[in-house]
Amino acid sequence: MASKTKKAQFDVKKQSEAVTEQFQTLQILNEQGEIVNEAAMPDLSDDQLQELMRRMVYTRILDQRSISLNRQGRLGFYAPTAGQEASQLASQFALEKEDFILPGYRDVPQLIWHGLPLSQAFLFSRGHFKGNQIPEGVNVISPQIIIGAQYVQAAGVALGMKKRGAKSVAITYTGDGGASQGDFYEGMNFAGAFKAPAIFVVQNNRFAISTPVEKQSAAQTIAQKAVAAGIPGIQVDGMDPLAVYAAVKQARERAVNGEGPTLIETLTYRYGPHTMAGDDPTRYRTSDLDNEWEQKDPLVRFRKFLEKKGIWNEELENSTIEKAKEDIKEAIKIADETPKQKVTDLIENMYEDMPYNLKEQFEIYKEKESK
Amino acid sequence: MAQMTMIQAITDALRTELRNNENVLLFGEDIGVNGGVFRATEGLQKEFGEDRVFDTPLAESGIGGLAIGLGLQGFRPVMEIQFFGFVFEVMDSIVGQMARTRYRSGGRYSQPITVRSPFGGGVHTPEMHSDSLEGLMTQSPGLKVVVPSTPYDAKGLLISAIRDNDPVIFLEHLKLYRAFRAEVPEEEYTIEIGKADVKREGSDLSIITYGAMVHESLKAAEELEKEGYSVEVVDLRTIQPLDIETIIASVEKTGRVVVVQEAQRQAGVAANVVAEINERAILSLEAPVLRVTAADTVYPFSQAEGAWLPNFKDIIETAKKVLNF
Repeated sequence: MASKTKKAQFDVKKQSEAVTEQFQTLQILNEQGEIVNEAAMPDLSDDQLQELMRRMVYTRILDQRSISLNRQGRLGFYAPTAGQEASQLASQFALEKEDFILPGYRDVPQLIWHGLPLSQAFLFSRGHFKGNQIPEGVNVISPQIIIGAQYVQAAGVALGMKKRGAKSVAITYTGDGGASQGDFYEGMNFAGAFKAPAIFVVQNNRFAISTPVEKQSAAQTIAQKAVAAGIPGIQVDGMDPLAVYAAVKQARERAVNGEGPTLIETLTYRYGPHTMAGDDPTRYRTSDLDNEWEQKDPLVRFRKFLEKKGIWNEELENSTIEKAKEDIKEAIKIADETPKQKVTDLIENMYEDMPYNLKEQFEIYKEKESK
Repeated sequence: MAQMTMIQAITDALRTELRNNENVLLFGEDIGVNGGVFRATEGLQKEFGEDRVFDTPLAESGIGGLAIGLGLQGFRPVMEIQFFGFVFEVMDSIVGQMARTRYRSGGRYSQPITVRSPFGGGVHTPEMHSDSLEGLMTQSPGLKVVVPSTPYDAKGLLISAIRDNDPVIFLEHLKLYRAFRAEVPEEEYTIEIGKADVKREGSDLSIITYGAMVHESLKAAEELEKEGYSVEVVDLRTIQPLDIETIIASVEKTGRVVVVQEAQRQAGVAANVVAEINERAILSLEAPVLRVTAADTVYPFSQAEGAWLPNFKDIIETAKKVLNF
């Protein structure tokens, strides 16, 4: 008779739950604008709080105007940002000027607040090289289209800073879909192995175009992917500006103190389509889901919080909106006045010393352009 | 002057540039304490420290990204890909990123990166070690591609590659690493990128080639001379950009041309050389320009290398077709 011996089982369920347990969402400000985690409250002055709100309102208007300018054909490639203001702007707000930003294609707002003129952001959208001629002293590179590439490059920028002994960080952003790329893992792993001062942000807006985050990975959080690199990971409420700011500030301090990189997952949502190139989110998102996330709007909760503190009101909000609209109008005008690109410009930008083939082609196009 | 193998000349060039410029950094898989899988970086970590010469995790894409990031921070990265067959892992960093950085930033950023990598057949390597993939690189605007065939050329071209402010792919043929010794000046010198070298002068036929095929071509030229033909051998040295002047001058002199490469017929750069000659010197041609290449199959299982790789006999055969056209 065969004996029924019970085989020892490795408790995989317990293991998986124990991992997820370690990645609880950090929240400071709830949907009603109430502080729910006083201990984690970042040290921000009233002026700073006001400035952060100003930037978020300004950026919401920038998104609205950009969508409308895109529809009029006055802008080209545009990836909407509404909903992600806390995630994008509060994270940038925690940086210093020396810090270097390697953005994804949706991360134009961070560049603007780090010093990229608005007119250049519009030229990037239209497809003009002058949009990417970042001013000296503004430590950013133009938005990365290849999802994941910014991550491996960030590891290199951060290692460069470490080698120079600089007290600065490289920060980079990707989305929830991007966390499935090989470069996402390699970037974090390299920065970890070199103990480089990098901050890796994943803005988890739940969808990579039409693919929900559940179809990207069986992992319960993206933050826990940090475990594979042996670095700290933190999940924050990406609709909460104070939580995002606090998480990035802490990661920055760790990094400049030589303690290595951090992965930060922000739970956020884009109210608009993936891009303005024909994506229709109603094909893959329910209105229930949209409504649920509209309740979490970062502007609504931060406005309530600041109003209660008596440092925000309708007048400030309206003047911010007016300023944004004026700036946008002026920036579009500058973009319009930018000279058209010529093939000779493109040739000149290829190498420091033009190789023979381009020298020949330069002459051919110069001749064409002179007619 | 010293007698050096090509690998010693490469080490010497790396040492020279590590001394000359504190921004030069060497990194890759096993290039530090181990001195590289072929000893190309032997002794360099000991001399310059772990901060300048260091190992990386085993991930080619990450190495490419590291080079780009360090380049953005003002360093002059010399990254190694252990075998060029592994370039597919890092195609985006090279072709999609560093090759385009100057252009996409309108000149704001540049990438003074040298990608060193061995390739080439004849030494019975395992799969994906010996493939000639230079054609993929020459098709990518923003890169320069250098393939030396002698210790002297290797040193001068590598110093130039490292000093270039744009990305240079520097491909080192495995069979040539220690095949022979030659005189190499101990002091620093440079060889201009984009300049071919006439390795042997002749008047009846031009053989245009690069890499290990330079030596097969020289051997073929010697044999052909015994039969009364005077053969010129042009070593391209840089395969992107091509040295059109030297190529065309040779073609105009001899009127007959064979282009020789180790890569498959559908790969490499031979078709490009033929096209340039057809466009610029067709009136000098006494015969069509023919190519000696490998067959359009995947790189051979190691035991089949002898039958598959082009050699001096193939070159003689094709040269005679052109000479007797």
